[in-house]
Amino acid sequence: MFNLMRIAIRNLMRHKRRTFLTSSLITVGVVFVLVFIALSGSFKNMMVSQITDSFLGHIQIHQKGYVASIDTLPLTMNMGAQAIKKVKKAISDVPEIEAYSMRIKFGGMFSNFVETSNIRLNGVYPEEEIKTVPLFSERIMEGKKSITRGEILVPELLAKGMKVKVGDIIVIVATNKDGSVNGKQFKVGGILESATGPGGRDGYIHIDDALEVLRMDDVAISEIALRLNNFTNLDVAYNKLRNILLKELNKAGKPVFEVHTWEKLSPFYNIARMIDIMTLSIKFMLIAIVLISIMNVMIMAVYERIREIGTIAAIGTLPKKILSMFLIEGFSLGVLGALIGNVLGILIVYILNISKITFDFGRQTGLVLEPAVNFSDIFTISTIVIIVSVLASLQPAFKASRMEPIKALRHV
Amino acid sequence: MSLIVAENLSKQYISGEITIDALKGLSFEIEPASFISFVGPSGSGKTTLLNLIGCLDTSTSGMLRVSGTDVSQLRGKSAADFRGKNVGFIFQDFNLLPVLTVYENVEYPLLMVQDTPLGERRSRVLSLLDSVGMIEQKDKYPDQISGGQKQRVAVARALVTNPKLVLADEPTANLDHKTAYMVIDIMKKMKDESKTSFIFSTHDQKVVGEAEIIYTLEDGELAGKSGKGGDCHV
Repeated sequence: MFNLMRIAIRNLMRHKRRTFLTSSLITVGVVFVLVFIALSGSFKNMMVSQITDSFLGHIQIHQKGYVASIDTLPLTMNMGAQAIKKVKKAISDVPEIEAYSMRIKFGGMFSNFVETSNIRLNGVYPEEEIKTVPLFSERIMEGKKSITRGEILVPELLAKGMKVKVGDIIVIVATNKDGSVNGKQFKVGGILESATGPGGRDGYIHIDDALEVLRMDDVAISEIALRLNNFTNLDVAYNKLRNILLKELNKAGKPVFEVHTWEKLSPFYNIARMIDIMTLSIKFMLIAIVLISIMNVMIMAVYERIREIGTIAAIGTLPKKILSMFLIEGFSLGVLGALIGNVLGILIVYILNISKITFDFGRQTGLVLEPAVNFSDIFTISTIVIIVSVLASLQPAFKASRMEPIKALRHV
Repeated sequence: MSLIVAENLSKQYISGEITIDALKGLSFEIEPASFISFVGPSGSGKTTLLNLIGCLDTSTSGMLRVSGTDVSQLRGKSAADFRGKNVGFIFQDFNLLPVLTVYENVEYPLLMVQDTPLGERRSRVLSLLDSVGMIEQKDKYPDQISGGQKQRVAVARALVTNPKLVLADEPTANLDHKTAYMVIDIMKKMKDESKTSFIFSTHDQKVVGEAEIIYTLEDGELAGKSGKGGDCHV
């Protein structure tokens, strides 16, 4: 093997410029894919983390049918005490769940005594909410980084439109489940930065205040947001919860609950999917680059060396050794391109990291890109390049190994 | 026992509707450790015959036994295997591998064909390079040595596996007379040392005279056999 490798490398070095150009093409492809994966991966992870950690949570549980009617925030579809008990039991049976937050979601009128506007509100237990969506407090642009009773966190756009600031008194008027209207004064405790996605422009109050506004005697929860101890356990936790909760049936024999991951709840998931598809397309482009360039070089190599192939075949070299000789040549080109490409790719990603490139997404500005290359990306790309290099060499190598020595020796 | 036995050996080439009889029923025997030359004009069948003996081609009819094996229909892997163990080749254009040094070219058959251990490989290669007078040039590449030197390296490469037979198709065609004699001398010397039979084809009448037995081919038929002791019966 070592001797075959030595001969293959000598043959590659015979045409230094051609080997350089081919491996450069592969290198450029590898660098491009690696940097693209690092940048798009960084963008995707950052956005997913922004969405899940600042308001959505990793998984949400609702009463069946709630998500389909989420635009109207129906109080009639809230989960009562019995249902909450069952969900809490299910949560305790899934060790992947780190924290949860119960929310009462409702729509109301927001008045600053001069103007009135619509508002969507979340009544939450502050401690639960912070544990479930740890970036929530970072969204509070002004005021206290918490939710206290009698205070409201007003979404940024509404605050601007209604010209309210921290410390102002406002009134929330809401209709409860039975249709009666009630109002309550709140002090503006903070201004909340908008976030992309459903619920990203909602106001927040303490859950006890929500009960008061809605004149609820008992807690009835609209949604329960969950945080996992590890985001990679999303599918595991989701399936476990589904298996437990979907067994809960109503009198009509239909499920009582519905469980959704963030992917089903956020429109950003489609962007994330698009990024994945683009990454896949780029990988296919890399395959095409490697395939065409290596195949081209190897076909030329076989054609140029027909007499040499005839000579070594005449001497008694077995066809499989001739096949290996050319496959190793293609393999070496692939390894060379992948190696240099990986080194350059990592270097470029490092430079991008220290350059602190910022970008805006929706209303979020100044997000710093932190591209990262992980071992699995390097391994995947290198494996693709090397396998494709060998496959591209297969046809020319096979042709060389099947060559009749007598014909090859006659070749001019 | 004869090294080579040919009985009624024929080879036809078919090109479209034309059939060319390259060899027409040749019968001959060659003894071990011989120094044989096949002579004849272009198209007389010399190269075809050497190709059949070297298992590079198959005959159309007849029998050809080399070193006790019927090689007339050997193909592919089995032919390669037979060549690797029994036959050495010297080519008109030397055919050294340009990416390997003189040493590595001679070493190649031991390394890639016979898997000989390093120590034995090294001693055999160095001994042969010494015998052909190329030990000083062992680290040079083929494009750094002359034509005569290349052919000496080719002789060493052909002999390194201790074959029973070395086939040389026009080995001196690309060499000047002085160098050609030198190469033939080396081949004779190696034949005496290793007891390997050398069979070569040539046009060069002066070189022909160095052979122990000369077979003359004309239009694919054996037209004569002569030796140092005079003409022989065919």
